[in-house]
Amino acid sequence: MLRTRLIPVLLLQNGLLVRSQSFRIHQAIGNPIHEARRFNEWNVDELIYLDISRDDSYDLRRDDHKVKNLTGPMEILEEVSRTCFMPLTWGGGIRTVAAMRECFLSGADKISINTAAYRTPQLIRDGAKIFGRQAMVICVDVCRREDGRPEVVIEGGRELTGADPVDWVQEAVLQGAGEILLQSLDRDGTAQGYDVDLIRSVSDVSAVPIIALGGVGRYEHFFDGWKAGANAVAAANIFHFKELSDRNAKRAMSKAGIPVRL
Amino acid sequence: MKEVGLVDYGMGNLRSVRNALELLGARVLLLEDPAGLSKVDRVVLPGVGAFAVAMTNLRNVGWDDALSEYVLHMRRPFLGLCLGLQLLADRGTEHGEHRGLGFIAGATLRLERPDDVPLPHIGWNEVRPVRTDGILSGVKSGTCFYFVHSYALVPEDLSVVAGVTEYGGHDFVSVIERDNIVATQFHPEKSQTHGLDLLRRFLAM
Repeated sequence: MLRTRLIPVLLLQNGLLVRSQSFRIHQAIGNPIHEARRFNEWNVDELIYLDISRDDSYDLRRDDHKVKNLTGPMEILEEVSRTCFMPLTWGGGIRTVAAMRECFLSGADKISINTAAYRTPQLIRDGAKIFGRQAMVICVDVCRREDGRPEVVIEGGRELTGADPVDWVQEAVLQGAGEILLQSLDRDGTAQGYDVDLIRSVSDVSAVPIIALGGVGRYEHFFDGWKAGANAVAAANIFHFKELSDRNAKRAMSKAGIPVRL
Repeated sequence: MKEVGLVDYGMGNLRSVRNALELLGARVLLLEDPAGLSKVDRVVLPGVGAFAVAMTNLRNVGWDDALSEYVLHMRRPFLGLCLGLQLLADRGTEHGEHRGLGFIAGATLRLERPDDVPLPHIGWNEVRPVRTDGILSGVKSGTCFYFVHSYALVPEDLSVVAGVTEYGGHDFVSVIERDNIVATQFHPEKSQTHGLDLLRRFLAM
């Protein structure tokens, strides 16, 4: 039986690992190259790295770390892939097929695109034709409006699109998306659990796997995401702030009846 | 030191296979044409992509004949990964009927499945060893490996089957082994410890 995947998401900003809250507050928590081997030894099923560097972003790093692009993203990817013997997804700032190719050559198995895919859906089709649908992960960021209606946001949460996530996901799959990384902006960094209604509505219509992201603070939240229809459950902060979170998360999932690889 | 030739024929990223073999202490030579076969003691045929394109790329530089000689006559250790397993068949049916390498009698066909499971088959799934004396020695039934594929090889002679995997209610052949020929439908280089262990056993062949 195919297993439900547990996936840590590692956020990079200007060459450092960061934690994020509501897409706005970013705190440096480590050096990705020093940590790569440790992450690669985790008992998880895949790794997703998202580079969220932006020139105008404010972050809470110490001043002595404040060196722009201390290490280039492709150098980090190469280093990470050297000891990563599980599937590796790389995303952030990819806007062209050439940029995708660079990621694959640097060791990525899949790439994740977000804003560029929304603005130019043909990019998904072009990428899928060359690298295969299985290598195309479309990241869909969603926030809830005051009336509770979900809406797709792009540009790292700064731009509202007015689009319904269900419609956009269907379009992305039609264009050649292999997987959907479905992220809730409202839940990001809150530890309050996934937006399960969002996961349910999107997984009901998606012909490709849904990776749920945003809000996990306790292991039970993974179960909620799976129950709502996610094929893979992802999280960021919990892997940094809880000891042995990889093994304990797997154990908790297995105990709750989710088919996982132990 | 083990010298491994990694066939580089434009079908997918070789970096992770190379990284894994090097981690295990092998020296890896990327081979763009068969001339380098004389310098290695075993060969790995990796690959992600379509059957017909792969066969065309192999034939264009004479890999089909060179691999026949190396694998079938010289009987050097051979490991096919994913598409590199599928190409061993006599024929493949992806986008029309195409001739394969023909090392294993049989055909590479689209996975049988009911409509409610997606293709490609992507993710971690169990391998059930049929034989425990060779490349799968020590692998417990139910051990998971990482798969990404839509086709699988259906051999005529079942004695070449070393492991099977179930997807969508049907078993397909996930590991093939015959003498010096080993091939896996999954990606050992992406299957963490169990995958690395399998590669280590290949290096010991």
